[in-house]
Amino acid sequence: MPEENGNGKNGKEVGLLERLKSALHEDVQSIRTDMPTKAKEQIEGLKKPTKTAVYTSIFRHKHDDTPRNRALGVLSNVFLHLHPAKINRDAVRYSFTWGMGGITFYLFIVLTLTGVLLMFYYHPTKLQAFRDVLYLEHDVPFGKILRNMHRWAAHLMVITVWLHMFRVFLTGSYKAPRQFNWNIGVLLLVLTLLLSFTGYLLPDDQLGFWAVTVGTNMARATPLLGHEGPFGKMLGMTPYNDVRFGLLGGSIVDANALLRSYIWHCIGIPIVASVLMIVHFWRVRKDGGISGPGSVVLASEDKAQRGPRHA
Amino acid sequence: MDWRQLWEICSAPDNVPIVALIPLLAFYCYLAWKQAKGNDELIAELETSPAMAKTRYRKTWPFEPGWQKEVHVWPFLLRIEFLAAIIVTIVLMIWSVTLNAPLEEPSNPNLTMNPAKAPWYFLGLQEMLVYFDPWIAGVVMPTLIIVGLMVIPYIDTNPLGNGYYTWKQRKFAIGSFLFGFIILWVAMIIIGTFIRGPGWQWFWPGQTWDHSRLIYEVNRDLPDLFGIASNFGKAIFGAVVVGGYYLAGGFLIHALFRRYNPKDYQRMSLLQYSIMVFFLLTMVALPLKMMLRLAFNIKYVWITPWFNV
Ligand code: HEM
Repeated sequence: MPEENGNGKNGKEVGLLERLKSALHEDVQSIRTDMPTKAKEQIEGLKKPTKTAVYTSIFRHKHDDTPRNRALGVLSNVFLHLHPAKINRDAVRYSFTWGMGGITFYLFIVLTLTGVLLMFYYHPTKLQAFRDVLYLEHDVPFGKILRNMHRWAAHLMVITVWLHMFRVFLTGSYKAPRQFNWNIGVLLLVLTLLLSFTGYLLPDDQLGFWAVTVGTNMARATPLLGHEGPFGKMLGMTPYNDVRFGLLGGSIVDANALLRSYIWHCIGIPIVASVLMIVHFWRVRKDGGISGPGSVVLASEDKAQRGPRHA
Repeated sequence: MDWRQLWEICSAPDNVPIVALIPLLAFYCYLAWKQAKGNDELIAELETSPAMAKTRYRKTWPFEPGWQKEVHVWPFLLRIEFLAAIIVTIVLMIWSVTLNAPLEEPSNPNLTMNPAKAPWYFLGLQEMLVYFDPWIAGVVMPTLIIVGLMVIPYIDTNPLGNGYYTWKQRKFAIGSFLFGFIILWVAMIIIGTFIRGPGWQWFWPGQTWDHSRLIYEVNRDLPDLFGIASNFGKAIFGAVVVGGYYLAGGFLIHALFRRYNPKDYQRMSLLQYSIMVFFLLTMVALPLKMMLRLAFNIKYVWITPWFNV
């Protein structure tokens, strides 16, 4: 055997083998002794998941129910920290805000999620758009409920945004210092309606086609910029260069209009609306949180002065 | 009574939101009114006793001395938000399972839908097309609505009613808004949805849509009634009538406003004041023009070679 021969010849090599052997023995031994302890520790650790390195790297503070932790739970979370740590005790009452701003925002999120899923099945071309919707309705798993949900959430968002504006008006929340945020709100209202309107054409069915035709026909009559509008002809407006042409990418609602609708609906307007929503929420905080329910002010305390009131 | 027709209109999937909007709006009007009433009673009570006004907790909600004025967002607000999200999701789920989004025949430019209706939230503007030319109903009015909404915070100088529901302290502002929102916007949408049928003709709820119905209306223009024939005369006449409306109306509003809102009147700058008067008169002009049309079959008031009003 080569090993036996080697043993007799060279002591050094024997020593190496011995060392190797004992090292291996130690290794095995350590697996035997250490691993069970580690396993035990591991099992103990599983009982306390909040102590793991992964957990503590994500959540940066303890969660036992102390006032400090309640505050930190909100403040150390990028999404929740839109909120302050504490608010007016009556401001959480549903009857004041009706929750409408929040519900509108939630619907926007629902629409984004369902909308992205719909995009996987939809081609904005005259050849395919209608068929894609039929395919969604009849063949795609859950396609029908997906489409329904997107549509009804859109309608609901229009309603909730109106109700939100209504409530903001009735509580006088547009008054100083919130005038600017009301204006951001008005822009969001317009964008919400435009989002809904641009989506209407996308199924490429009779309903959307005629609704958009009726809608954009009005653009023909734009003063100065439409070929049927006051002073339009004088400025050289024709059906082929006026503002309606620009909106539709053509003189009739056709392939280009479908593509333009699609891009505005899925990319352009959502981006602008998201940016404005961020500004809107930021301003709610910066203007001192929501306006109320505030303490009533009496007419006898209103000393009429000239000029706008400075807060 | 054609119940079938009525049911078809009310249950058309895209009309369901409007059917839902009506009770929702009624509910929230009630909720706002109830709180406004409570606050107004509190205000009246405090106005009569200045001593009490100094010490009392000035909200209608119950409050005991020693209670904390603020609560933690977690859990007191976030739990409501999570709950609201769950409820909205459930409502949407049920709605989506029970009612299918509409899908008509493929689009066909050669086959006109009758009536061809805009999406329901724009029906108010489409209804205005009956009474105004497209450049007003479709372009000027939306612009004025947006601008009008945006100027509200800058022309309402009344410092009262900031952050609580009230009616008595803001009668004028709230009244104007309700007029614009409920009457000029929501009511027109309801008419556009439930009443307008083929040819955009008026069909009472439950009246069968008759696609061949023709209405012979002889519409006249206001200058004709006064026997003005020349184009130049018509243009001048219309300008005088419209200008006169804004002047006389402006004067009337001035007379009322300075009497009933003296503090706001004193506070407002000339710019604020004229913007307010302009928007108010323009809003009131809509029902006036509608009345001229419905009662006297008058189509245009002001006729020029370039535009008609
Ligand atoms: C996409 C549309 C919108 C979203 C997602 C949104 C969201 C919100 C949220 C979450 C709040 C916090 C309080 C609450 O929930 O009521 C808020 C407050 C506010 N919103 Fe909006 N909003 C939208 C549109 C509007 C519109 C159309 C207006 C007015 C024309 C408006 C004006 C305001 C104002 C002035 C506040 C402060 C209210 C207060 O301090 O009481 N917003 N918004």
